Amino acid sequence: MKLTDKEYQSLYEKASPNSKWGQNCLWAFFVGGAICAVGQMLCNLYVMLGEDLSDARTWVSLSLVLFSALLTAFQVYDNLAKHAGAGTLVPITGFANSIVSPAIEFKSEGFITGMGAKMFVIAGPVLVYGTVASAVYGLILVLFHLY
Amino acid sequence: MRVGTYTLRLKNHPRIVAGGSAVGKKEGEGPLKNYFDHCFTDTTLGEKSWEKAESDLQQEAVKSVLEKSGIKPSEIQYLFAGDLLNQCISSVFGLRSMNIPFLGQYGACSTMAQTLGLAAVFVDSGLAQNALAVTSSHFCSAERQFRLPLEYGGQRTPTAQWTVTGAGALLVGQKGNVSIEEVTFGRMADLGVKDAANMGAAMAPAAAQTIEDYLKDTGKKPEDFDLILTGDLGQVGSVLLREILNQDGIDIERQQNDCGLMVYDRQNQDVHAGGSGCGCSAAVFSSYVLRKISEGDLKHVLFIGTGALMSPTSSQQGETIPGVAHLVHVAWNAQA
Repeated sequence: MKLTDKEYQSLYEKASPNSKWGQNCLWAFFVGGAICAVGQMLCNLYVMLGEDLSDARTWVSLSLVLFSALLTAFQVYDNLAKHAGAGTLVPITGFANSIVSPAIEFKSEGFITGMGAKMFVIAGPVLVYGTVASAVYGLILVLFHLY
Repeated sequence: MRVGTYTLRLKNHPRIVAGGSAVGKKEGEGPLKNYFDHCFTDTTLGEKSWEKAESDLQQEAVKSVLEKSGIKPSEIQYLFAGDLLNQCISSVFGLRSMNIPFLGQYGACSTMAQTLGLAAVFVDSGLAQNALAVTSSHFCSAERQFRLPLEYGGQRTPTAQWTVTGAGALLVGQKGNVSIEEVTFGRMADLGVKDAANMGAAMAPAAAQTIEDYLKDTGKKPEDFDLILTGDLGQVGSVLLREILNQDGIDIERQQNDCGLMVYDRQNQDVHAGGSGCGCSAAVFSSYVLRKISEGDLKHVLFIGTGALMSPTSSQQGETIPGVAHLVHVAWNAQA
């Protein structure tokens, strides 16, 4: 075997099939779009029920998180996400799934050291860097208003 | 007796007395379903954790071996066992009541070939009358250790392999018509693959290296064998193995098959590049392949267990994935 790392890289890249990105994009577009449409319908519904727009939007987020958590608990969400990819990952439903799924998974190590500790194993970085980004944004905004 | 640089020839031809296998639901729906000793439809096996379920699979595989061979645990001198989990807990907790001197092994997916080779060497040298080799893997316990929670909505790449839920046990001893002729423990090979979702590519160079070592040491050719069985390179790794060997003038196209390709129906079972995990080659070899050899349908088989020696920590630290492959030459003997 006289292969160098470089030669082998071109060999295995050729042998490894790529993801079907066209099909994946279509799935992501339609499923992601459908989730957003459901969100809009809920928003309209809550406004019709008398909430003001800002509160209705908060209720939409809460509702979508609840649906996603339930679908995750009933072992449905991952089966949809397998096809939908970013379509189920990017909306707030994906965020809920990323917290509920480790919570279920690590229950076997107990409520404290398992579920409690591991719940944010996937969402943790999003929370950390999301918070940092908002702080930076706030700082820029403050500086902007000073001058 | 050492032959060439890396190969051990076992002059007393230790026998594989019996093999046992236990698998989960998906494997029990696959093409080899009729060959496994136990197919469980509930992958928890009634346990509270996936790790316990995996331990139970090992117990079931061992129980089958003891029943088939009629040999009692007290007649077995050494137990070589391993799995994919940290500190090999499936083996430890599955076999702790066996009361046999225990040597835990880690060779990733090559563990079945590694433990079988070690058991054979111990029996051949007379250090043991009987030695037991056991390995397992469980899709759910492997996912949570190496990848993501089961219910997480992620996508798998086409090169990803599906960890087999299953266990295999092989008893090496004195009787039977399946013998172990030679063993080649492999060197690690690392050609810079970093993608943990493409383990076939990471392991193929190690498999090629061990096969070349063995052929060079013994002077044998691929045509001398009915089956060159790798486990578990999957689709991508199998293609790469053949290609690497072709470049060196060795053609195994007609003899080669892979446990990861045999255990599932890839068209209908959504397993992408095929099966993987210690339990894959363990369950396939100790059921279907062992039966075919004992019936004389296969007379000379090279069984090559291939392992990707990475951990989540090494992958996160940007390390490449070293591969290793161990080869065991198993033969059919007319006189038992």
